[in-house]
Amino acid sequence: MAMQFYTSPEQIMRDRAEFARKNISRGRNVVVLSCADGVLLVAENVSSALHKVYELYDRIGFAAVGKYNEFENLRTAGVRMADLRGYSYDRRDVNAASLAKAYAQTLGAIFSEQTKPFEVEICVAGVGASPDGDELYRLTFDGSINDEPGYLAMGGDAEHLVEVLSEGHDSEAPLADAFALALRALSHGGSNGTPRELTTDVLEVAVLERARPGRAFRRIEGLALDALMPRDEAEPDLDPDEVLGDEPGDDADTPDKGEKPQPSE
Amino acid sequence: MTGQGFPGKLPHAYMTAGTSSFSEFLMQAAPELLPGRRPLPPGDFTEMSAHATTIVALRTAEGVVMAGDRRATSGNYIASRDIEKVFPADGYSLVGMAGTAGLGIELIKLYQVELEHYEKIEGAPLTLNGKANRLATMLRGNLGMAMQGLAVVPLFAGFDNDAPTVAEAGKIYSFDVVGGVYAERDYDSIGSGSIFAKGSIKKRYRRGLSTEDAVKVAVEALYDAADDDSATGGPDPIRDLYPIVMSATVDGSKRIDEAVVAELARSVIAARTENPYG
Repeated sequence: MAMQFYTSPEQIMRDRAEFARKNISRGRNVVVLSCADGVLLVAENVSSALHKVYELYDRIGFAAVGKYNEFENLRTAGVRMADLRGYSYDRRDVNAASLAKAYAQTLGAIFSEQTKPFEVEICVAGVGASPDGDELYRLTFDGSINDEPGYLAMGGDAEHLVEVLSEGHDSEAPLADAFALALRALSHGGSNGTPRELTTDVLEVAVLERARPGRAFRRIEGLALDALMPRDEAEPDLDPDEVLGDEPGDDADTPDKGEKPQPSE
Repeated sequence: MTGQGFPGKLPHAYMTAGTSSFSEFLMQAAPELLPGRRPLPPGDFTEMSAHATTIVALRTAEGVVMAGDRRATSGNYIASRDIEKVFPADGYSLVGMAGTAGLGIELIKLYQVELEHYEKIEGAPLTLNGKANRLATMLRGNLGMAMQGLAVVPLFAGFDNDAPTVAEAGKIYSFDVVGGVYAERDYDSIGSGSIFAKGSIKKRYRRGLSTEDAVKVAVEALYDAADDDSATGGPDPIRDLYPIVMSATVDGSKRIDEAVVAELARSVIAARTENPYG
């Protein structure tokens, strides 16, 4: 029998990693960051039905980039694992760390055993009682697991997005500020270094609300998303000082100071 | 097979596409957790477990109201004075049960996970009809046990978000042990005291009742059931135990404040002290 060509294990792993990385880098980006009101998950997504951001359990969310059928498979498995555990023990016995570890094992097994690795990158996010208690795990196609410090970005442009996030991130910031930061990061990468303009129809936004008892996951869409968007359409072109000066007046203050006090007075 | 070198990997059943049902998934992954899948030795086990008794449900102008007494019996003993038999099934529906208490509570817990699981996997909740049919399917798995004396009968009611008007949105579904599902027009009751409760509701119910009035009718119906059925517990001012009453309306499913129910129950007792035949 003829001798087969020998390929070194290093070569095989390198090829698989390169294959996965190349395909993931074509995907649009997802940003997850923790803020005072909870954990915010923002994805750039043209589809309104095929989501990238999902609920796993009471305090746990899921975000993914890459091949839809593959991360959908992982998400379903995670919901099943969480529900089974919560059903046979107690709801409080379901935690983000054990889900992230199961995902790491699964992705690792697929990467080393199967010819084609999963072309996905996923995030398991758990909201805690305070921003210190938030857990953000980033899992890559080979089963590597990273415990991220309060913010993370996934997708083709992740490195640049993380730069923007690391400069502006404040875990005590309110939701509107965190959203503005996420938007600033996601709009990175326009032509000639100018920010791209992102509208509500290409954004998928959800939050794990810290203060909400039970199931904390809530999608922000429709009017709620419009209200959260920075008011000024030209805002991404403004310089950072003006942007910071604009936001509190537009997002946070208008609903509170403009409407609520009136009936009581 | 793959995965032998990775014991922490999610098992195959978890990664199989196809079902949005938690109980169908359990059949593959952990069949021992399904109540209907446990082999029973031959015999009659009627006296083995505590029995939960009376539940009533009424349609209102705003949705539905469901109430249950607090007693569970084991033969001639009172097994529990403060059992809870009415639960929110999800954000817009309610479920109560009568019959074998242990199995009933397990069934409801499984049903709650079933609805939430579907909602998470599919990204949208089941329709109210779909929820009722799903409960019937789960009940069918219990038939063997029911025939050996471990019967559970649920009562399901909810607010139908797909209904054309709010006045038509309240819906009640009753079941039998073989898994038959029946849509009820105005009200229904299950459990040992149900005959008396229904008689009481029949005389007081009218269509288009407000939630507040329906709560009164429900509390009074449970009083009448307790009056004539030894297995149904009446309001207990000595221990401060009153029926559990819940409503499902456009605002979702919620429990009626205990203090409100206590006040209503006390006024029923006061009225019956004046006139014992109500």
